[in-house]
Amino acid sequence: MNSTIRELLSKHGGLPIAVDKLADADDLYEAGLSSFASVQLMLALEEEFDVEFPENLLNRKSFSSIVSIADALSQITDDRQVA
Amino acid sequence: MNIAGPVSAMTLAERARRAAKVAAEFADQVDTEGRFPREGMDALKAERLMGVMIRPELGGEAASMTEIADLCAILGQACASTAMTYAMHQIQIASLADYAVGSAWHEAFLKRICDEQLLIASATSEAGIGGNLRNSICAVDLDGETARLEKNATVISYGAMADAIIVTSRRNADAPHSDQIATLFLKEQYSLERTSVWDTLGMRGTCSDGYIFKAEAPAEQILPKPFAEIAAQSMLAVSHLLWGALWYGIAADAVARSQAFVKAAARKSPGQTPPGALRLAEASNLLQQVKANVVAGLKQFEAAKGDADALNAMSFSVAMNNIKVGTSQMILTIINHCMLICGIAAYKNGTPFSLGRHLRDAHSAQLMISNDRILGNTSTMLLVNKQDTSLLG
Ligand SMILES: Cc1cc2nc3c(=O)[nH]c(=O)nc-3n(C[C@H](O)[C@H](O)[C@H](O)COP(=O)(O)OP(=O)(O)OC[C@H]3O[C@@H](n4cnc5c(N)ncnc54)[C@H](O)[C@@H]3O)c2cc1C
Repeated sequence: MNSTIRELLSKHGGLPIAVDKLADADDLYEAGLSSFASVQLMLALEEEFDVEFPENLLNRKSFSSIVSIADALSQITDDRQVA
Repeated sequence: MNIAGPVSAMTLAERARRAAKVAAEFADQVDTEGRFPREGMDALKAERLMGVMIRPELGGEAASMTEIADLCAILGQACASTAMTYAMHQIQIASLADYAVGSAWHEAFLKRICDEQLLIASATSEAGIGGNLRNSICAVDLDGETARLEKNATVISYGAMADAIIVTSRRNADAPHSDQIATLFLKEQYSLERTSVWDTLGMRGTCSDGYIFKAEAPAEQILPKPFAEIAAQSMLAVSHLLWGALWYGIAADAVARSQAFVKAAARKSPGQTPPGALRLAEASNLLQQVKANVVAGLKQFEAAKGDADALNAMSFSVAMNNIKVGTSQMILTIINHCMLICGIAAYKNGTPFSLGRHLRDAHSAQLMISNDRILGNTSTMLLVNKQDTSLLG
């Protein structure tokens, strides 16, 4: 999952540095992720994983690192399996 | 409450009304001369209203955002420049009080604000960035324990009159534009070289000149939280709510003036409804919408307060943005209605029904962080945000 996230991040994140220079836990906002880019990234993730981010995950925290994006995504897919 | 003297027995609103009376007396002069609303601000200090939002342990009165908004609305009816100065000061205090908790330096400074009734300004706007709060070009230069900063600040309201300025910048020279910090600099730690004069249509008393800001201070004066967090969770929402409240005040005073005009006409010709009466009813209807908008926003803010997830939620930002855009547009429609009601008496300066100052002050609202920019941000969020269609939620 993380490699797909990285791929989409480099395509839509608009970061001033290369994504492979970032560790999974690095703060993406500190790396230059703007709120506009985070929305573009979110749309790309929704398309790629065929999910929809629920209201409670639409916040800064969910997009603060690759780890937290992966957490958010697995939360959504887990919920879907339960439902 | 531990304040001494005659102010202790009065409510915050009563104290603000006393200060507003002073501010109202000088409002036209402040506007004409484009000078700082000294009398109004001194009256607010005399009423000990500068630090009321701060915790009682530090000398404040733990006033809520709703109470502060009420004070802004009271002042907005008297003198918009005084109200805006007070509102911008409180926006800075909200950031400090909630996002520097545990920082000994900042807590000692909050106590000083209460003790000495200090005035805090803000420098976010920067040449080359405009109103994009979440971007900076300038960067702090950290040299051991010393932070140095130079900023080409295009607009610093009451910059020359402030006791301290909170300045946004990049974290360091290598940081991206969006990785910002905020630093509080004291008057004796900075120099201001004026680059532009605030000779504007309205809000003339805010004296929002442009400056090259140069400062040097101990690094502990940097706010401990990243500015992104402060902006998202506090500054944007608080700005829109307090501005909305004082803009409501400007429109409310315009409606009060036009109601007095209609009443006077009705007294002159009993039995006949004056021609402006219908339009007054319309203005009153629109004013109620502005009020409801701000009050609903305050309710949402108070409910979310202290809950980082709720404050960070996109739906919350959308709601706060909508309050800003909605109130800033609506007050212009209202004041225009009032102009039509009072006619030449409104158009002329120096009558009891004059509305030139109101109209000019109100025109700053849609530019103060451009509505187009805000709508742009909202439209991005709406690409993913789920609309809450409930009436009460
Ligand atoms: C009374 C008053 C007091 C102020 N006090 C302070 C202060 O104390 N400290 C401070 O830092 N600032 C202050 N400001 C400045 C304020 O916060 C904004 O920075 C400023 O109003 C924006 O100026 P601008 O129109 O030149 O900038 P810009 O934001 O650059 O906008 C210029 C124009 O470009 C358009 N535009 C730009 N970007 C976009 C976009 N992304 N989408 C759509 N349209 C866009 C807008 O329509 C706008 O008309 C104050 C402003 C006022 C009116």
